Amino acid sequence: MLPIKSKWIALLGALSALSATCAPAQMLINGAGATFPFPIYSKWFNEYAKVDPSVRFNYQSIGSGGGQKQILSETVDFGASDGPMSDDNLAKAPRTLWHFPTVAGADVITYNIPGDAKLKIDGATIAGIFLGKIVKWNDPAIAGQNPDLKLPDADIVVVHRSDGSGTTYIFTDYLSNVSADWKAKVGKGTSVSWPTGIGGKGNEGVSGQVKQVPGSIGYVELVYAKQNKLPYADVKNSSGNYVTPSIESVTEALAAADIPADFRFSMVNPPGATAYPIAGTTWLLVYAEQKDHAKGEKLVQFLKWAYSDGEKLAPALDYAPLPDALIKRALEKVQSIKY
Amino acid sequence: MPAPGSRGPDIAFKWVAMFAAAMIVVLIVMVGWELYYGSRLAIAKFGAGFLWSSEWDPVLERFGALPFIFGTLVSSLIALLIAVPLGVATALFLTELAPLKMRQPIIIAIEMLAAVPSVIFGLWGIFVLIPWLRDSLFVWLKRFLGFLPLFQGPIYGLSMLAAGIIIAIMILPIVTSISREILRSVPNLQREAAYALGATRWEVLKIAVLSYARRGLFGAAVLGLGRALGETMAVTMVIGNRPQISASLFAPGYTLASVVANEFTEATTDLYQSALFEIGLVLFAVAILVNAAAQVMLKSMSGSGPVKVN
Repeated sequence: MLPIKSKWIALLGALSALSATCAPAQMLINGAGATFPFPIYSKWFNEYAKVDPSVRFNYQSIGSGGGQKQILSETVDFGASDGPMSDDNLAKAPRTLWHFPTVAGADVITYNIPGDAKLKIDGATIAGIFLGKIVKWNDPAIAGQNPDLKLPDADIVVVHRSDGSGTTYIFTDYLSNVSADWKAKVGKGTSVSWPTGIGGKGNEGVSGQVKQVPGSIGYVELVYAKQNKLPYADVKNSSGNYVTPSIESVTEALAAADIPADFRFSMVNPPGATAYPIAGTTWLLVYAEQKDHAKGEKLVQFLKWAYSDGEKLAPALDYAPLPDALIKRALEKVQSIKY
Repeated sequence: MPAPGSRGPDIAFKWVAMFAAAMIVVLIVMVGWELYYGSRLAIAKFGAGFLWSSEWDPVLERFGALPFIFGTLVSSLIALLIAVPLGVATALFLTELAPLKMRQPIIIAIEMLAAVPSVIFGLWGIFVLIPWLRDSLFVWLKRFLGFLPLFQGPIYGLSMLAAGIIIAIMILPIVTSISREILRSVPNLQREAAYALGATRWEVLKIAVLSYARRGLFGAAVLGLGRALGETMAVTMVIGNRPQISASLFAPGYTLASVVANEFTEATTDLYQSALFEIGLVLFAVAILVNAAAQVMLKSMSGSGPVKVN
C-alpha cells in the first residue's frame, strides 16, 4: 500500500508545482470567438500570465458567431468578434455589452500574372472584377492604372474565401463602401453570395489557388501574404494615392477613421493620404457591468495592460496596433466598467 | 450467486446487449431531433422550398439547399464509380490471384491509406492532384470527350470531378477491405466445382466467385457511399465551394457537409445558423434515404452469398 500512496503524493506534488506558481487557487477567465486575432491574443495571455500569475485566460478561437453567441448567453467571461455585432444581436444582450477594438489587420489583393509585376488597382476595378464584369486582364480599367505593365489578354479567375471569416467581412465591407453596385447586389458579411469565382478554404486555400492558377486574383490577410511572400497590389485610397499595405498604413487608416462612441465602426476607405483602404479591426466583447467582482477586476486589469503593453507586441506578429488617440478613448471606457 | 447452470447470466447478458443496441437507436433519434430542433426557424421560414431553392445568400438571409444536395450526390456518385471497380478488382487480386507473399504487404498499404487524415488528402489535393488534373487529365478529357456536356467549360482545377476523385481515394480502403472479406467468405467448394466443370480462371471468378458474392459486394459499395456522403474537409478543399448546379464536371460545386463546415463558425444570425442546421438535417435525411434505397435494392437482388450491410 505504502509505496503506491507515496507515489501518488509525489505525483500530486509534481502536478501542483507544474500547474501553479502561486499557492492560492488560480482564477480562470474564459473567452471565446474570433479566429483572426487568435495568435496575438494567445501571445497576450501568455505574457500576461507573467505579469499577474494569479489569473489565467482561456481563449477558444471558435469563430465570431460562436463568440457572440457565448457572450450573449454568458457562458464565457468575454467574447471576441471580427465584425461588430448587429443591432439585432446586441439587443439580445441581458445587460449593456461593450465593444473594445484591440488590433487591426488588412486584406491584400494577391494575384498571379506573368512577370514580377506590382499591380495598382482602385476600388471600382476590384468591385468590377469580383462582380464578374471585368473579365480580362488587359481590360482598360486595369491597364489604364498600370501603363507600364504588359497585361496579358487572359481571363481573370476570381478566388474568394469559402469559409466564413473576418477577412471576407473586411473585404466585402470595403467593396460595399466603394461600389454602389456591389452594395446592392452582394452586400457585406462574413460569408456572401459571390457573383463569380471559386472558393478556397482559408487563407491557404485562396493563396494556393492564386499561386497555381495563371490569371487568378484573390484576397488574403496581410499577415498571411507577408509571411508567405505573396505578391500584393497597391490600392488607391480615398485621397487618390496608391498605398502599399503595411502595418503603418493600416494604423494610419485607423487614425483617419471616424470612430463612434460605441466603437462599432468600419474603417474601410477612410480619408488620410497614406491610409490603406481595405482594413478592419477586431473586437473584444465585454459586459459594462461585471457580475463577478473578482473576475471583473482581473478582466479590467488585463484590458488596461493590453492597451498599454499588449499593443506593443502587435507589430511583431504583423498586426497593426491602435493609434494612441484610440487607445486613450478605449482606456477611458475600460475604466468605466463596473465590477 | 446463481447456481451453476442457472439462466441468470444469460438473461443479464441479453439485457445488456439489448441496451447497447437500443442506445444506437436512441442516439440516432436524438441526433435527428437535435438537428430538427436547431433548424425549426429555417423550416418555419422557408418550408419545403428550402429543398429546391438554389439561392444561398447569407447577407439577405435567403437559403436553399438544392445545389448542395446536387453536389453531395454527384460527387459521391463519381467517387463510387471510381472506387467500387477499383476496390473490387483489388480485392479479387488479393484473394484470388496474388501470390501469398504479396498479399499482406498490399493489405497493410491499403489499411494505411485509411489512416491518413482527411486534411492531408485535402492539402495533397490542392498542391499535387489539382495542378495535375488541370494541366493534364482535364485537358485530355476536354480534347477527346469535350463533345459531352460533362467535360465542357473553363478548367479551374477545383471542381466536382476533383472532389469525386479525392473521395474515391478516401473510400477505397473500406470498399477494398469489405470486398476482400466478402470474397474470402466464398466457399472453396464453389471454386472447385467450377474448375471441375472445366472453367478457366476468369470463368471461375465470374461464375463462382463474383456472382456468388454479388450482394455482399453491393453492400460494400453502400458502406462506401455512406462514407462518401459525409466526407467534408478534403472535399471542401478541392471542390471550389460554389453553390451552383452545372452539367460540367469541370465546374466548381459544393456539398452539404462542406457548407456546414465552412460557414457554421461565423454564422452570427439565428436564421443563418438555423439554415445551416437544416442543411445538416437534409444530409442526415439523404444518408438515411440512400441507405434505405440500397436495402430495398439488395432485397430484390438475386444471389445467395453473404451480405454485409449494416
